Amino acid sequence: MVTELEKVRERFLADIQNSIYGDVMVVGGGISGIQAALDLGTAGFKVFLVEKSPTIGGHMAQLDKTFPTNDCSMCIESPKFNECARHPNIELLTYTEVDGVQGEAGNFTVTLVKKPRYIIEDKCTGCTTCVEYCPVTYPDRFNQEISKNKAVHIFFAQATPLVTYIDESCLYLKEKKCRICSAVCKTGAIDFNQKAQKIDVKVGAIILSPGFKPFDARLRDEFGYGRLENVVTSLDYERLLCATGPYEGEIRRASDREHPHRIAWIQCIGSRQILPGANSYCSAVCCTYTQKQVILTKDHDADAECTIFHNDIRSYGKDFERFYQRTANIPGVRFIRSYASLGKEIAESKNITIRYAAEGGVKEEEFEMVVLSVGLTPPADRNDIAARFGIELNSHGFCKTNPANPMETTRRGVFISGAFQGPVDIPESVATASGASSQCGELLSYRRGKLSRERIYPEERDVSNEEPRVGVYVCHCGANIGRIVDVPSTVEYALSLPNVAHAEESLFICSTEAAQKLSKSIREKGLNRVVVAACTPRTHEPLFRDTLREAGINQYFYDMANIREHCSWVHSKEQEKATEKAKDIIRMSVARACRLEPLLEYDLPVDKAALVVGGGVAGMTCALSIAKQGHPVHLVEKEKELGGMARRIHYTLEGLDVQAYLEDRIRRVYQHPGIRVYTEASIVEVAGFVGNFTTRLKSDRGFSEIKHGAAVLATGAEEYKPSEYLYGQDEKVMTQLELEEKIAKRDKSIAGSRGMVMIQCVGCRQEYRNYCARICCSHAVKNALKLKGINPQIDITILFRDMRMYGLREDYYREAADKDVKFVRFEPEDRPLVEAVVAEGRPVIRITTLDPVLGQRLLLDADHLILSAAVVPSEGIKKIAGLFKTAPGPDGFFQEAHAKLKPVDFGAEGVYLCGTAHYPKHISEAVSQAYGAAGRALTLLSHETVVASGSVCDVDENRCVACGACITVCSYGAIDFAQTPKGRKAAVNAVLCKGDGLCNTVCPTSAISLKHYTDEEIFSQIDAVVPPRHAHAH
Amino acid sequence: MECTFEPVILCFCCQWCSYAAADLAGSMRLQYPTNVKILKVPCTGRVDVISLLKALEEGADGVFVSGCLIGDCHYVLGNQRATKRVAYVKKLVETIGLNPERVEMFYNSSAMGPQFAQCCRDFTDRIRNLGPVCKIEKTATGPTPEQRASA
Repeated sequence: MVTELEKVRERFLADIQNSIYGDVMVVGGGISGIQAALDLGTAGFKVFLVEKSPTIGGHMAQLDKTFPTNDCSMCIESPKFNECARHPNIELLTYTEVDGVQGEAGNFTVTLVKKPRYIIEDKCTGCTTCVEYCPVTYPDRFNQEISKNKAVHIFFAQATPLVTYIDESCLYLKEKKCRICSAVCKTGAIDFNQKAQKIDVKVGAIILSPGFKPFDARLRDEFGYGRLENVVTSLDYERLLCATGPYEGEIRRASDREHPHRIAWIQCIGSRQILPGANSYCSAVCCTYTQKQVILTKDHDADAECTIFHNDIRSYGKDFERFYQRTANIPGVRFIRSYASLGKEIAESKNITIRYAAEGGVKEEEFEMVVLSVGLTPPADRNDIAARFGIELNSHGFCKTNPANPMETTRRGVFISGAFQGPVDIPESVATASGASSQCGELLSYRRGKLSRERIYPEERDVSNEEPRVGVYVCHCGANIGRIVDVPSTVEYALSLPNVAHAEESLFICSTEAAQKLSKSIREKGLNRVVVAACTPRTHEPLFRDTLREAGINQYFYDMANIREHCSWVHSKEQEKATEKAKDIIRMSVARACRLEPLLEYDLPVDKAALVVGGGVAGMTCALSIAKQGHPVHLVEKEKELGGMARRIHYTLEGLDVQAYLEDRIRRVYQHPGIRVYTEASIVEVAGFVGNFTTRLKSDRGFSEIKHGAAVLATGAEEYKPSEYLYGQDEKVMTQLELEEKIAKRDKSIAGSRGMVMIQCVGCRQEYRNYCARICCSHAVKNALKLKGINPQIDITILFRDMRMYGLREDYYREAADKDVKFVRFEPEDRPLVEAVVAEGRPVIRITTLDPVLGQRLLLDADHLILSAAVVPSEGIKKIAGLFKTAPGPDGFFQEAHAKLKPVDFGAEGVYLCGTAHYPKHISEAVSQAYGAAGRALTLLSHETVVASGSVCDVDENRCVACGACITVCSYGAIDFAQTPKGRKAAVNAVLCKGDGLCNTVCPTSAISLKHYTDEEIFSQIDAVVPPRHAHAH
Repeated sequence: MECTFEPVILCFCCQWCSYAAADLAGSMRLQYPTNVKILKVPCTGRVDVISLLKALEEGADGVFVSGCLIGDCHYVLGNQRATKRVAYVKKLVETIGLNPERVEMFYNSSAMGPQFAQCCRDFTDRIRNLGPVCKIEKTATGPTPEQRASA
């Protein structure tokens, strides 16, 4: 018996020793996977981020800009790469694939296969010397195979990890020849003996973020992709636009490398079609990305003529409508609503003709380049993914999810995020990532913090009484700097500068080994300031600041002299001058370093409770998710009962019984011991800041004062009350919501209606409300289908401008058309006319509308007229926004911190948003955001303290004359007057200060200064910019 | 004379967009003259009148500020404030007899490496043509730097 026990024990111990443990595995390192990993890691879980390509980044890294803000895609994404790489709780496994999954929720064993990159990652410094010498070129996948790269290369300039990999096109791998790379690599990082490696990892939950595959345009051969040189896909075009693309940001066509001027886009390639190889659904992003590409094309070449052949324009997202108008209003841009087919390629010019329907028949027009707006399809290996992870797919090959929870798969403990749920844009991918992480948090709350690490640093040495002793470390960066800049002479020069106590050179100062040496030399030489002359601080400053902390020096005693990006790389043809400039840069840096001051980062305690404002579906979902992770939640609702807008919704397009769902949510909220509900509530006052809010409110419980660390605003939206089309004057006219209530109550007159007309875009897409309310098209189709189900004979006509049945909703649009629901388009300048008349002895609503296809006026006599009324911001949103120091956007909805990457965060820290208060959305989308907001809130609430940057503004009270100029100029309300022993003075709230220094420049007495960028520090650099000898010469 | 003159040029870059554009110019290996030295600030809104004047006073022959594109400032309005300030400094230097072309404002998003390099080339050419800063370029409408120094 004893031996038996011992055997079990031994087996158990061996098991522990041989296994790698984590909390969550995120599979797929695109923007969605990255966000999920960051949220989980920050919320105290150990995460494995597995990516099959050599770097994280996904498709977003290939995009030039992102709509509708036209932010540079890489610039906003690459800081997240760094965050991942440096996160103590994220283990990055690139070039790695999942082989199998065993076990169950809470205890999965995932077998991974790490493919050989033939590079020892720890030794590779990313210097790319090997790339230079590699003799093999092959089509560069990152640039859509438009340009060439080497067999050994870094996937793209900002790749993470920044190490090379060797592709199978390598001569040595194919023919056992060459090995030049091994010979030139100074760190011995190349290892051709690497084999694929199997690793078992034990985790409690899995998030699948495999992303999408762009539709293969070759499957629609009639469009000529792959056959005709000047036909490209939209993703190819994205690379052509990009400064890091094949022609360095110049749009050139393949046939003659000329700049095309007449460019055509053809929409819906591979989408919205029931054809072999194509997909029936709408890809949801193509309309808007095409508009972006048109704007960018016009930026590149103001004379370009851009033509877009399209079906419906689906500008359903926040700010999309305005973006569409902006595009359409550019001179030289034509939107043509017509199916388009390729005519021919003209032999001499290689131009392409497009045939389309125009007034007076079919027209054929010549273009210099054709862009195919390809759709999004499920990952190529979707069936493998489904089999390995034991999940089901839907009929389109996307993941089958719970209709009320787009992140929940058919297997417990396996969640998804991003485009695996169907075609979605970046913000949706990011919100679902945070949402999936929150659901992992619910499942694994008991083990939060058990495997996570935080760094421990030695105590900081007080150097306030020491003279500056600067250490200067000049990096060769392999050959990147060393081949151009004479590094030894810069070291010698540095030693000649005042206060420099030590200087040395290093082959790669960023290597783990060199960083350790640096730390040691700081201690041994008694240095108190450090200058590293190497690459850009944007990627490497955090590493060296960390090194200073490890050496017991305040991390703000560090400055970086960028002699690579700003010197050797941009002056590679002027070695001598580059060396001189490197010295100038080092001199400026040393001067600055001498003036640097130690700064404290503030640790502020975090109150563990959350406040959720709004008790609709979004608010309740968010409250439950936070509460299930062990945090007290105060849920505040202005009405008598919970439920919000969903109380009036009975079913969804996908068939969810909303009332049953709502009842279940409400019951769960009331049953949860961690949630305290306040109804008939109104917020009186909000004070405090991230981690420490105090909110006072009046409710059914009387007056309450709530302390909370985070707040989620889910205040919902309202249905527009129409003033047009006889609404309120004739009871036969009603809104979609009113119709839905009547259907649910089995109203006989509705079921027996002999004719019903629906008018779309009532109260929106107009000058005074210039946005698309997103849900009304689906709402109309949903009710039409429901009515057809009750009474197939019922005659329904929907009058629309564009049917915006985006994503998988397209299928229901088709179903409605198949069931004989008639769709008639109208032009905004020629809206339907509505009058109450008596026809054939009964009162009807007569609708007159112009059918642009037939070119005829239609007369429709209907028993009922249904108005698809817009969704409008709720009345109280301005007040709530003001209380939480945020501002609503131009359409009156809450404004998120960043349209793409912070879709559920506010600019104000510690405050999050979700649901229709952000923008009209479907229930499933509101749920995604609600979980997303919970996930984001947990990244804050799971910590004991929140750290505020030391580079904030400070007031010298002796100098302050209390003029208030700084208070006016601050965009963040971080400065206010305070009573001090010296009287009324400006005072900075360090937590709110963002460190921009705008106030410094308006202060008449220089009383306010931004730490780390003080006048002294900046002036010292300016003083040093002119070399001493040069100054004399003048 | 012209060919031996190597101007000293100081460039203030905001840490979000323009510094990144300068980095991108580097990773794209775009070449521009070595005359330009970059000073990183959190936001161009932090660059004050004194800093710009001081650069010229210390012997820089030209100074320019490179911020985010208008509307894209990470701190909302910083680059717009910098724009106004640069315009003001242009007037000031004109008053003291310097060519206002020695001071300029540019906008470069973090994706605009090529454009940043072009700014550096163009501005260096401009300053090279203007010659060293100490030369009073036209009749000053105010006291000369020398008079100011003695006062």
